[in-house]
Amino acid sequence: MTIKEFKHVLRDPRSLFFLLAQPVMLMLLFGFALSNEVKESRVAIIDQARDEETKKLTDRLDQSEYFDVMGHYADPSVVPALFEKGAARLAIVFPPHFANDLEHLNAGQIQVLADASDPNTAAIATSYASAIFGAYQDELLGLMKLPYKINIETRMLYNPQLVSAFSFVPGVMTLILTILCTMMTSVAIVREKELGTLEVLLASPMHPMQIVVSKAVPYLVLAMIDVAVILLLAVYVLGVPIRGSLFLLMAENTLYISNTLALGLLVSTITEKQQVAMFVSLVGFMLPALLFSGFMFPIENMPWPLQWISHAVPTRWYYRIVNAIMIKGLGLASIWKETLILAVMTLGLLVLAVKKFKVRLL
Amino acid sequence: MIKMWLIVRKELALVFRQPAILRMMILMPLMQLILLPLAADYEVKNINLQVIDQDHSSYSRSLTQKLGASPYFKLVEANGDPAMARRNLEQNKADLTLNIPAGFEKDLIRESETALSIEADAVNGNKASLGCAYASQIIGDFNREVREKLMQLPRFNDFPVIEVRSSFWYNPFIKYPLFMVPGILALLVTMVGGLMAALNIVQEKEIGTIEQLNVSPLRRYQFLMGKLIPFWFLGMVSVTLGLIVGYLVYGIVPRGSLLTIYFFSAVYLIGALGVGLLLSTLVDNQMQATLFAFFIIMFFVLMGGLYTPIDSMPRWAQILSSFNPVTYFIRVLRFIVIKGSGISDLLVELRSMLLFGIVLNVLAVMNYRKRSA
Repeated sequence: MTIKEFKHVLRDPRSLFFLLAQPVMLMLLFGFALSNEVKESRVAIIDQARDEETKKLTDRLDQSEYFDVMGHYADPSVVPALFEKGAARLAIVFPPHFANDLEHLNAGQIQVLADASDPNTAAIATSYASAIFGAYQDELLGLMKLPYKINIETRMLYNPQLVSAFSFVPGVMTLILTILCTMMTSVAIVREKELGTLEVLLASPMHPMQIVVSKAVPYLVLAMIDVAVILLLAVYVLGVPIRGSLFLLMAENTLYISNTLALGLLVSTITEKQQVAMFVSLVGFMLPALLFSGFMFPIENMPWPLQWISHAVPTRWYYRIVNAIMIKGLGLASIWKETLILAVMTLGLLVLAVKKFKVRLL
Repeated sequence: MIKMWLIVRKELALVFRQPAILRMMILMPLMQLILLPLAADYEVKNINLQVIDQDHSSYSRSLTQKLGASPYFKLVEANGDPAMARRNLEQNKADLTLNIPAGFEKDLIRESETALSIEADAVNGNKASLGCAYASQIIGDFNREVREKLMQLPRFNDFPVIEVRSSFWYNPFIKYPLFMVPGILALLVTMVGGLMAALNIVQEKEIGTIEQLNVSPLRRYQFLMGKLIPFWFLGMVSVTLGLIVGYLVYGIVPRGSLLTIYFFSAVYLIGALGVGLLLSTLVDNQMQATLFAFFIIMFFVLMGGLYTPIDSMPRWAQILSSFNPVTYFIRVLRFIVIKGSGISDLLVELRSMLLFGIVLNVLAVMNYRKRSA
């Protein structure tokens, strides 16, 4: 029976391709293409002074890796048009007589206008610009040694180079396993329901549980392969270490995979159509999995009802476990609580799914 | 023409006859539009900070107070125990540890220099570096206050000061939903239009009813148009739904004209439907379609600039994302809704979207013919 299911999966090379290509694509995209760093922001210079100081400051901006001067203008009235076209993210306005004011009045004013339609990048780019002007100001002051100084030494634990891969590898694993196991098992079973072949199987002398288990096994194996692919890519291509025990990591993975398979099974018992199964998986499980894993969206910023719900989502606990083992190198002693929660959830889901499945048969 | 409308009517009747699917089509966008913007708040705040105060001086206490009073930090109790502090970091109960060593105050006053150390859980690098930056800023302020108090005379000489004033246009209070809602709406329209159309056609393939349609006297284009028009219509409905939700839940009123939004949606949906049609010609069953669609949607979402800015990508990835129709639609919707841009500002995007619509549909129709021949 399991062999038959394997053949089913293998006979569909296109599906297989996507199941294996998906994690690779995600890993590579997250590893090399996506970043939150704000670099080379296009900045418009509105220079009404055109003196030595403004020229120096403009050069500073242009030389920095964070900015790219896209044009010089004389009149601030061009700014709305630039922003509406998306031609510039920042506009720096130097007032007339900037150098003069700075020299004689000891106060030069610079205006930074930001297109905050993307609030995050606008805030970051603005702070970079302020930092560049601040550095210039420090040079004007000369190296003046200030008395009563508090020195701050900062240490970045676990990830000193601040590599973003460290936080997304566990996230991608969470995502892939959820898609693969929940959606695929539910759609696979519902498909047989839709085609009517499930009845045939159930009428066979096999125990219904055997049928269900043999349906799930190929996906379990596939999921394990995906995990292996992700880990290999993480270690050898992206340079993310596995600091904790590999065995523990795999054990936790198996636990989580069982959890998602149980979910898939549950979905399959409550739906009749593939499209519905797919949407239930997508909306009911994928979305929360994505939302509440803490991978793409910071949980602590959510309104409290959402934070509260997040405790009921398995991915939240799984993501923490993987993070703790891989990146922080912790052992079971530090994550037993998360593991226990996950185990209880899995057991509960399995019991529920099997019960539902049996009821359906009678 | 009449034949085509018959198919359109049949398709619409089918959609409405399956309440589960109809519910999904309405529920899914609603859930996503309501939940995602609530969740997608990337502002770094609520950083859990623990202070290991080994100095127990009035300075160390007032510094701790100052940090706790800032909106960025929430103080976490560590009982002054370094081992417990480390455990808190490991278990995500704290994000930052500030160590105030014994003799902090004494050194500051007597030696005129003293040191603090901050440890950050840098698994999330962005949060760690911002957290450290905020902490340093607050400590810097504290430092300045202390200095001003300690130094009665002489005051600083006057020196040139550059004053930087910044203003945030279009979104002065840095509200994330304003940014996220148009982006998610673009994604939803893509999913409803493209994905649903693909699934629908593949379903007929799987059940075998598509053969019946193929042998009917309908022309190929009549049949395909008949299939696509209902989904184009549904896509437009989902735009409307999305705008209503955006207004009711988040109070977002588009700055630009609604007409511009509908115009671009109409053009964009042609391309999105092309994607769906092309998809349906490439796969045999719904499972494949789902997987394929998922693959594409992940790609569209991640490369479309919904969560991470396209400008931050390396050059090759930017080129890749310029082949992603969703990129343009996300951009267009954001521009119209947030900044009130008009068609004349978005000519480049319009051209690309039209091009996508034509190329994708031509490809799909060509591919469709081959497969059924």
